[in-house]
Amino acid sequence: MKRTLLEFTDSGIYCPKADVYLDPWKPVSKALISHAHADHSRWGHQHYISHEYSTPIIKHRLGGVEIASKKWGERFSIQGVHFSFHPAGHIVGSSQIKVEYKGETWVFSGDYKTYDDGFTTPFEPQKCDVFITECTFGIPAFKWPSQELVFDQIQQWWKENAEKGITSVLFGYSLGKAQRLSFHLREEVGPLLLHPVIHAHNEVVGSVKPLPHHQKLDKNLDPKKLKTALILAPPNAQDASWLKKWMPYKTAAASGWMATRGARRRRGYDTGFVLSDHADFYELTNAIKATEAQHVICTHGYTDIYARFLNSKGIYATTADTPFEDEPVTTEERTS
Amino acid sequence: MNTFAQLIASLDQTTKTSEKIGALAAYFDTATNQDKVWVIALLSGRRPPRAINTRLLREWAAELAQIEPWLFEETYHIVGDLAETIALLVHNAQPKKSSTTPLCSILNRLHSLKTEDETEKKSYVLSFWKQNDYLSCFAFTKFFTGGFRLGVSQRLMTKALEKSTGIPADELAMKLMGDWDPRTISFDELVLSKVDAAQEAKPYPFFLAYPLEEAFDALGEVTQWAIEHKWDGIRAQLVYRGGAVYLWSRGEELVNHQFPEIEALQDQLPVSCVLDGELLAHDKNRPLSFGALQKRLGRKNVSEKLLAEYPVVFKAYDLLEYDLKDLRSQTYEARRTLLERFNFNGKLLLSERIMPQHWNQVRAEKERASEVRSEGLMLKRLDSIYQVGRKKGGWYKSKVDPMTIDAVLTFAMRGHGRRSNLYTDFTFGLWRENEEGIAELVTFAKAYSGLTDKEFAAVNQWIKKNTVARFGPVRQVNPELVFEIAFEGISKSGRHKSGYATRFPRILRWRTDKSAKEANSISDLESLVIE
Ligand SMILES: [Zn+2]
Ligand SMILES: [Zn+2]
Repeated sequence: MKRTLLEFTDSGIYCPKADVYLDPWKPVSKALISHAHADHSRWGHQHYISHEYSTPIIKHRLGGVEIASKKWGERFSIQGVHFSFHPAGHIVGSSQIKVEYKGETWVFSGDYKTYDDGFTTPFEPQKCDVFITECTFGIPAFKWPSQELVFDQIQQWWKENAEKGITSVLFGYSLGKAQRLSFHLREEVGPLLLHPVIHAHNEVVGSVKPLPHHQKLDKNLDPKKLKTALILAPPNAQDASWLKKWMPYKTAAASGWMATRGARRRRGYDTGFVLSDHADFYELTNAIKATEAQHVICTHGYTDIYARFLNSKGIYATTADTPFEDEPVTTEERTS
Repeated sequence: MNTFAQLIASLDQTTKTSEKIGALAAYFDTATNQDKVWVIALLSGRRPPRAINTRLLREWAAELAQIEPWLFEETYHIVGDLAETIALLVHNAQPKKSSTTPLCSILNRLHSLKTEDETEKKSYVLSFWKQNDYLSCFAFTKFFTGGFRLGVSQRLMTKALEKSTGIPADELAMKLMGDWDPRTISFDELVLSKVDAAQEAKPYPFFLAYPLEEAFDALGEVTQWAIEHKWDGIRAQLVYRGGAVYLWSRGEELVNHQFPEIEALQDQLPVSCVLDGELLAHDKNRPLSFGALQKRLGRKNVSEKLLAEYPVVFKAYDLLEYDLKDLRSQTYEARRTLLERFNFNGKLLLSERIMPQHWNQVRAEKERASEVRSEGLMLKRLDSIYQVGRKKGGWYKSKVDPMTIDAVLTFAMRGHGRRSNLYTDFTFGLWRENEEGIAELVTFAKAYSGLTDKEFAAVNQWIKKNTVARFGPVRQVNPELVFEIAFEGISKSGRHKSGYATRFPRILRWRTDKSAKEANSISDLESLVIE
């Protein structure tokens, strides 16, 4: 049976029956947005529909756009097609988008992780006929350690640096990773300072999910008095001149890519912590099995390899090219 | 094994020499003497024998991780390091505790493993992988796959040993030379015993030539200069003192054991002396390509066959010490006059010099560079002294321009790790007529770099739209794009489809003005080879 409820077009994932797009990459009239990351919620659509937690974040990023907010599991219909948002566990407000029409069910995963990080609303598996999945980390080299272990490693690193009078600079994506870190890290040896971009995101995210208060990094702070600090900064601030003021310092990144030595070395961090907001290979496979889908469409990541793997396990899978992967990717910013 | 694995992790986490030395010294401070000997052995290139080939390791790891061989290979391609891939996969299949087995007993076992049969090998390797954590598995698997340097040169290792033992690094470098077996030697014998000869082995810091960017005439009066060809080998100092020869590379590593023929030169040298010159692959009459010399590098054991196939000479161009007298503050002219009285033949040759009368003569000599297999010219001021490091004024080098050819992009391969969604490795072809008289593209070189970010992005977009076939990480593309490829040298090669091997091929520019038909042919490439 050929299923055509959703299709891949030049503008994005399209539902012809309802005339709406999911995470479109070109301006359209009506867009359902899985989450507030830049490659999924783009500028220029006439109407946005997103989960209520995503709404203030998208507004913060894109300014005065028109957004209709939905609750988890709230069913709404457009031209007879039913839609609903379900937690994807990736970042605050991140959703899988379920599309139902005449007994046929599709789910678009957006970005997701099945691991409960204690801050983000945890992933809820949805049964469906067709599952469009990301597979950013879809090779078996990737398996995440428990986050308790990773947070202990970070605290330990911070403590060792502080004892030597060295500032700790930790890079993590400003939306998602930064909130997860600022929620869990404990100020045991010194203050946690937030880069202004992260501070602003924490304010916005904090309005829907309370976050502990941390000091903002600004020009007036005296580095000499704050040598025991840990500065949380976005990865694209790595080469910024503000860092010079904080010498001596050590850098680290919190990212799934830090699982391989090559990636750590290439990015030039002193240390890497394996912490991801995407599912690892094993989580992907479990999540997909739980959907009981008869067709899986892989986007976003190691699509060819992962689809071949699913087929070898008797799960029918194909790939679809999306600009999520067709753009040269140079920082985690772009793929998150 | 656990402390060794931790050492590997900390060496891996820093690029700073001082921190690497610190980590290694801290290890030397606490490890057992037996383990220390093994670490010194590993970091000076004395690996245990390769007991198991990598094909079997891959098979066994895939089996233990319960993944199909193709998925193992794809993952390996992305991770980029075999030992790391195996450690990740076997660990991900079932996480375990860190190893408490002493390093020395593992390495001793590996020495005996080579002669055991495959079933025994397999059960030993699998049981290690099953019982130990990621880091231990990584270190353990590296013993089979090699490449254990982790940015630790022998020099750095001896520095760390100096920090830990208080024995000067130069003395240690001497002690660690030559043949010794980590299974039988003790730490006391290897490191702590007294040696007086260390001082005797020391080289001088090298004087380096400055690249000449202006025209020759800018150097003034031509008769103030001597010229030599710039040989395409390895810069080295030959130290002969106390009846022994020590050969130092520019990285200040002792390389005696790699070049036994140079070690044997002592009979040919009149008195104690230090020569500055070039290690060069060389047959009876003329230099061989750098590729020939490469065959001789990084080897623990140099076989008779290798010695005969790729003979190496020391081509001297300066004399830094004579009869224990430091000559570096004398003029080049004075040093050179003395040097030329040496007996040059066999493995010890003189780098001939020319005293030019006119700059045109210098230009003409540079034209001959590829004919005599040199990289260009060295210009040395007659009244210059031998300084330390790269200084302007005394020595200049003038390299010949690279050769270039226009080739067609034929295949593209994904990069590793973060760049694995990008096509970063390109294969290029040149035209050749096949037996039926039809022109086809023959692979002649692979190149990685040379494009701007913008061009790189555009080429990547183009590749995705113009793929004709996929082979794992490789895409075959429509033969349409033309690039100008530069390379430093070319030689005949039976191993290459085109019949020629090029040295340092790189993309010079994207010839958007040319169609594939206008690209060069294999016979154009042939015309660049000088016999
Ligand atoms: Zn994404
Ligand atoms: Zn995302």
